[in-house]
Amino acid sequence: MSHAPRKSFRQSMAWLHTWSGLVVGWVLFAIFVTGTASYYRTEISHWMRPELSAPTADPATAATRAAAFLGRTMPDALAWSVKLPTAEHPTAEVYWWNNPAGPYHHALLDPATGEPSQARDTKGGDFLYRFHFELSLPPVWGRWIVGICAMILLVSLISGIVTHRRIFADFFTFRRDRSAQRGWLDAHNVVGVLALPFHLTIVYTGLVELGPLLMPWGVKAAYQDDILAYYAETGIMAAGRKPAGQPGTLMPLGEIVARATAAHGEVPEVVMVTGPGDAAASVTAFFEEPPGLAHLHPQIVYAGDTGAELSRTGDVAAATRTGAVMIGLHEAHFAAAPLRVLFFICGVMGAATIASGLVLWTVARAPKGADPAGFGLRLVRILNLGTIAGLPTGLAAYFLANRLLPLDLVGRADWEVRGFFAGWMLAALAALLYPKARAWPAALGVAALAFLAIPLVDALTINETRFLGFDAAMLAVAMLLALGARLASRPRRQMRAAQPNRSRAVEA
Amino acid sequence: MSARPMPGLTDRLSVAGRVVLAAFGGYGVAALSTALFALALPLPRSEAVSTGTLASFAIMAGAVVWVFSARTLRRAALVLGVIAALLAAGLWLAGAFSPTVVP
Repeated sequence: MSHAPRKSFRQSMAWLHTWSGLVVGWVLFAIFVTGTASYYRTEISHWMRPELSAPTADPATAATRAAAFLGRTMPDALAWSVKLPTAEHPTAEVYWWNNPAGPYHHALLDPATGEPSQARDTKGGDFLYRFHFELSLPPVWGRWIVGICAMILLVSLISGIVTHRRIFADFFTFRRDRSAQRGWLDAHNVVGVLALPFHLTIVYTGLVELGPLLMPWGVKAAYQDDILAYYAETGIMAAGRKPAGQPGTLMPLGEIVARATAAHGEVPEVVMVTGPGDAAASVTAFFEEPPGLAHLHPQIVYAGDTGAELSRTGDVAAATRTGAVMIGLHEAHFAAAPLRVLFFICGVMGAATIASGLVLWTVARAPKGADPAGFGLRLVRILNLGTIAGLPTGLAAYFLANRLLPLDLVGRADWEVRGFFAGWMLAALAALLYPKARAWPAALGVAALAFLAIPLVDALTINETRFLGFDAAMLAVAMLLALGARLASRPRRQMRAAQPNRSRAVEA
Repeated sequence: MSARPMPGLTDRLSVAGRVVLAAFGGYGVAALSTALFALALPLPRSEAVSTGTLASFAIMAGAVVWVFSARTLRRAALVLGVIAALLAAGLWLAGAFSPTVVP
């Protein structure tokens, strides 16, 4: 195989597609699965905090109470951020930090009291969302690894398109009954090509999201590495003011929220206080994205002591707006329910493309007859099983832990995350022990049972009708995994005998 | 897809060389072109930076495809080296390396 670079362009690209896809396939599978789940991050968070329902205070009052909590907790912070309660997010979500590199402290506040919410301690959908681009690693490390994987995926997509010349003809070709290798190849092609515009868009826009980290050289060259100056000049962020270096008093945050609401005609989504203990504190009100694709939040900055307006965001020019549209496409906040379902299906197809590609690699290299499988082949098989069947089991364990762990457990949110990794690792280790012929149906069957347990456990613990949709979705995932287990257990030889050569002879 | 001869040491080294060249050479060319776009495009500074950053990932992908499709590793390295040298020269002309750049 490694002779390929001396061959034709198409052959060298086939080589590149095979090997670039293999080396990062497992990480990419996890990125795709958690990213796809993140389309429903809010719904997942709702389900995981069943104690919360409608907010019990207006946004301005909630802001003032949140500022009182933050003033007691970290008066000399570098900044506080308050996400105001809405019908969708019934608590005030606050962050505070005194170092831009972190740690970022976090709490959900009950808007009625301004004290930490009594809802169960969980990371909710945010864990899956952050795992999607940080892999539960230190943020900079995780983002670099995800960025490198995304770049390799982009190369893999380009080389895959070159390899796959007859995209249209092969579209109507599914030779499941021919041989294992043909069946997997056609499955890989169908899910890969059908959602190809999605795959290309999602990987490039994902790279653009990480652009300031991965490719800082433009900002370094033109702004001497001052990224805030770049953001202010593009109009992405409204400029604040420099700290005075002496203590000052912040006016009630609710009053600034009221001013921002009057000025913009809608309640801000987030207010951020920069230098809350400083005489020159500034308060930035972030509003929701206006309708459209671009991920641009209008902002107004107020002086923290007087409430006078300091600056606001204006128009964003073409190139920067293009980047903002790309980020908007990636995050899909603009997508209403039907489009979101379509994005979700495309994400599942992305994960299926990666999974079928990984399996295809092993099927194409399966030894003929009684030859023993080499070390590389066995390793790839184990990693395939452990990732493709193990990760879904871990996800189910995360949701089950949310319902089953005691509510007063210390560090409960972290235990849920440990449940995720424990479920994943146990499923992967168990997959090692299954006999080879039964490994796929057994491992996928375990994942299906784990997802099937979620609606049952929910019915036994919380049992509220507003979670029926989520429970139905879990049931659907369980059915999908069970279908996978059933397909994997069907003996191929019989199928071939039953349907000889039904597919048309469209040979390569 | 049936016969898979074990690759020799030279082949392995050649593949390793291409991987290293694609990763570091590809990133280098993308980084240099991003910086050059940021300084040299006839646009407002912020727009030039945005354009360069958006284009950088396509440039890197193109460079990687070139490295793996070139006939020999030497040829791949030579072409990438010439492009990098031209970009660096452009950056030098645009004043990126002079210490007195005033924003």
